[in-house]
Amino acid sequence: MLRYILIRALSLGLSLIVASIVIFAVIEVIPGDPASFMLGLNATDENLAALRADLGLDGSKIDRYFAWIGGMVTGDFGTSYTYRVPVSDLVLDRIWVSLPLALFALTLSTLIAFPIGIIAAARRGTAADFSIMGATQLGIAIPNFWFAMLLVLVFAVSLQWFSAGGFPGWDDPLAALKSLLLPAIALALPQASILARVMRSALLETLDQDYIRTARAKGLTQGQAIRRHALRNAMIPVLTIIGLQFSFLLAGAIIIENVFFLPGLGRLIFQGITQRDLVVVESVTMLLVFAVILVTFLVDITYALVDPRLRRK
Amino acid sequence: MIDIRNLSLSIHGTPILRDLSLGFSAGEIFGLVGESGSGKSMTAMALMGLLPRGTRTQGQARLDGTDLLTLTEAQLCALRGNDIAMIFQEPMTALNPVQTIGDQVAETLTIHGRAHRAEALKIARDRLDRVGLSHIALDRYPHELSGGQRQRVCIAAAIALHPRLLIADEPTTALDVTTQAQILDLLKELVAEDGMSLLLITHDLAVVADMADRIAVMKQGEIVESGQTATVLAKQNHPYTRALFAASSHSPDRSETTTPTPLLSLRDVHRYYPGERQGFRRGPPVQAVRGVSFDLFTGESLGLVGESGCGKSTLTRAILGLEPVQEGQIQLIGHPVTPAMPRAERANMQIVFQDPYGSFNPRWRVEHVVAEPFHLLDRRPEGAERRARVAEALTAVRLSPDDMEKYPHEFSGGQRQRIAIARALITRPKLLVLDEAVSALDVSVRASILDLLADLQGELGLSYLFISHDLTVMRAITDRVLVMQAGQIVEEGATEAVFTNPRHPYTRQLLAAAPRLPDTIGTRDDALV
Amino acid sequence: MTLRSVPPALLIGAALSSVFVLLALISFAWTPHPVDGVTIANRLQPFSPTHPLGTDQLGRDILSMLMVGAQTSIAVALIAVGIGVALGVPLGLAAAANRGSLLDEVIMRGNDLIFAFPSLVIAILITARYGPSATNAILAIGIFNIPVFARVARGGALPIWTLDYILAARTAGKGKIRISAEHIFPNITNLLIVQATIQFSLGILAEAALSYVGLGAQPPIPSWGRMLAEAQTMIYTHPMLAVLPGLAIVLMVLGLNLMGDGLRDALDPRLRRAR
Repeated sequence: MLRYILIRALSLGLSLIVASIVIFAVIEVIPGDPASFMLGLNATDENLAALRADLGLDGSKIDRYFAWIGGMVTGDFGTSYTYRVPVSDLVLDRIWVSLPLALFALTLSTLIAFPIGIIAAARRGTAADFSIMGATQLGIAIPNFWFAMLLVLVFAVSLQWFSAGGFPGWDDPLAALKSLLLPAIALALPQASILARVMRSALLETLDQDYIRTARAKGLTQGQAIRRHALRNAMIPVLTIIGLQFSFLLAGAIIIENVFFLPGLGRLIFQGITQRDLVVVESVTMLLVFAVILVTFLVDITYALVDPRLRRK
Repeated sequence: MIDIRNLSLSIHGTPILRDLSLGFSAGEIFGLVGESGSGKSMTAMALMGLLPRGTRTQGQARLDGTDLLTLTEAQLCALRGNDIAMIFQEPMTALNPVQTIGDQVAETLTIHGRAHRAEALKIARDRLDRVGLSHIALDRYPHELSGGQRQRVCIAAAIALHPRLLIADEPTTALDVTTQAQILDLLKELVAEDGMSLLLITHDLAVVADMADRIAVMKQGEIVESGQTATVLAKQNHPYTRALFAASSHSPDRSETTTPTPLLSLRDVHRYYPGERQGFRRGPPVQAVRGVSFDLFTGESLGLVGESGCGKSTLTRAILGLEPVQEGQIQLIGHPVTPAMPRAERANMQIVFQDPYGSFNPRWRVEHVVAEPFHLLDRRPEGAERRARVAEALTAVRLSPDDMEKYPHEFSGGQRQRIAIARALITRPKLLVLDEAVSALDVSVRASILDLLADLQGELGLSYLFISHDLTVMRAITDRVLVMQAGQIVEEGATEAVFTNPRHPYTRQLLAAAPRLPDTIGTRDDALV
Repeated sequence: MTLRSVPPALLIGAALSSVFVLLALISFAWTPHPVDGVTIANRLQPFSPTHPLGTDQLGRDILSMLMVGAQTSIAVALIAVGIGVALGVPLGLAAAANRGSLLDEVIMRGNDLIFAFPSLVIAILITARYGPSATNAILAIGIFNIPVFARVARGGALPIWTLDYILAARTAGKGKIRISAEHIFPNITNLLIVQATIQFSLGILAEAALSYVGLGAQPPIPSWGRMLAEAQTMIYTHPMLAVLPGLAIVLMVLGLNLMGDGLRDALDPRLRRAR
């Protein structure tokens, strides 16, 4: 088991390195001079030179790459060109909105999807199954940010149960969670629909397996067979999807912040794009990719916990 | 103890069982014999109450007086694993891969409330010892065990609560001959010890001849004959029983075609694979074939017998030039056989596989399938000539040339094997490799395919390399036989000689393990009624 | 296959999506009203015979906007699927044909790497340097489709490689590439078709999301996502502006998903009957 974790950790490290090279290449290497891009048409030679010195663009590409990586490892994400503050400061504030939102949505999604998927599989072919399949079919088709707008319309504007946006900070955790509730629901709905369907089909496939027949022959009821045998085996494909979902949820969180005026990474990144602040874009992208790769790593570890066939002696 | 009367069963309107009646007492071994589709498994599922949705039953199935067909699901759950237990055909998939074997055996006990987990595990240990797995720890997982071992685990779980009846549905069909013998012996012991009854379902007459006190022969949902084993096998009242018996021991007429010229020669062939990847390194190499040498003469039918893992598949692929060998030489008609050999030379040998259902691309018509080996020829027949050649091949295997327009799924298993043989013959090869070519077929179909092969050998002057684990088939169709174990040929000689006077201990073990039908009718002294 | 044996999901789904495809195709030649040009006098009209779905805050006819927006959504999603199939399927087939080899490892690791970059992040990277446009949206969504199709192709191909008829083909002297083309690929087309409809519908959603945050097609090219972004400020007073484009997305995606489900059912039993 330990060896498995070590191999996965090495894989994680390798992925991070390659991902960082890709990001660095796309932002700084391939399209040409970053400085002239950032300053645009009005750049004078003096400004260009100053900016280049500022950003350390004088060094070779390899030096710059290692400087960037080295900086990130020590927590220095560079200085935002637009705001003139360390990117790490900007990110730290905002990540405490985006990340909890994504995790909140993931939790909601899982909590909703599991029971629904299990019921649909256990009651296959019945009215319960059909209505669940119909509902999830609809849920998958709904864009989460549109759903968010509808939620705002109904719950914030008409019913006035929630504020229409904004984030009060984590000093009052309950208020913070309340402000994240509508966005999390909007994010969770389509993902829960997908997850419920995956759960259902994974369970159905498991229920077809021979060892379920063996379990029934031992005297287990259908329900016992599902709980004790089918579920754990069905978890394996479901875990893959949950891991993938996190990346979609993180991306979705960034988009949905727009609807609720949440001060998360979304605003930071999109402004960075329009203002051509490459430092911000580069570092925040790296952070997002890191989060996704980390979650994949954790999911891989969980696989080994669930499936003993992956733990080689 | 078991009394089934007039049991009829249909699934979604299709009748599966018709008016079936059978019965046996405690401590008896009852053999239910039939080919695929005869309904024997359904009879077992009816007893267990595990019939699929949409099944209608009529009649009665009594266990010590209680009609199982009238019980509720809850009552059936109480019976299953407790009074009636069942083991199935495929041990490789019969166990939950993510649960330890100890837990799976203990589950029978905990589910019926007989013991708490700790106690149940102790009893599980005892049961696993009883089935011969005392050297395997409780916390092992199924994937760490072989097929035979997994079947033993299933048996342990089934007998955990000393059921009155154990149903075994083709329990050894997927296992090697020696393993099969061990499992059947184990079942016999358990019956004798516990006074348990055993309902043994199989397609193999030889297995029931050895094991069962009484048997019933099934055909298309009906019992055509039943009674004491010896009597049924001796008298064979019903024509189907006779046909089954004849097919099981069928020996095709063969003409003497062997010549002294070697067609295929192997000299000191070694083949090994790199070991499994363990982290960043690879484990020690796996020696699949170790120093194999033999000659196959023109016109001869040479058998290669061995159990799974002996290396015969690897050897086959090397002989076909699909894999390289690290040492040694293979020669076909004097030309070396390697993965780089010229295509035209490959046309001299072709192969027929075991599984009639995986042998063809489901999207290709029979004509395209049969003509595929033309790819080997420098001059590939096109158009009318191609169709003529395909028609010729189909006729040779006793199919109609019109069949070339159809798709494989429109044919039965036996017919598909004929198509496979036609494909193998299309380039007019000298050597045909038959890799378990009849193992997946029903007994009656098997006989007709063996006849076909014998005829073709005479008509076309073919040489055969016949690979099988089935000794009866070997005896029927081969002139000489090679016995393979752990990558080496341990015995070689004329088939009859090897089978009557085996020299190597492994050959003796194989022959002793293989179930045999009584050769002549009416010679079993002790059981004539 | 008779009409009666066609799964209802397939019929409904195909019908629903065809409506939008039809509208998009028609809009190339004609729309009820022009979609460029601002007519302030006409702004925010309710439903009427001349404007069946009303007008937006710049006076543009919503029905026409939806029709032309359909072009964008469909084109982006379609080309993105095309990229995924054209690049992903050969990679997946190559990986399966050489299972366990270095090539297989490299392709699998490459897949995992791309999976670490959600479409949005790829879009951010590209648009950060090249500016936002429909082409960049296509690239972002398309690149993410590559590992999806590679994985599906590889997963579908691997079990086929173990079948006997592949060994028969090798005995007939055929090499891996030829076998992949003649035997493997035709037998995974069902899987690929179903996956393509799924990715198509996901592409529609992704394009809408990218346009919503301004990373997709730029004005004056209409796009459903951008219509939603523009409608957001007016949502309290004129909710229809937001509801209608969203509804269009939902119906289009629903249609495609139903079609995908129906296709899966239609294509499967035929193979099962083939046994």
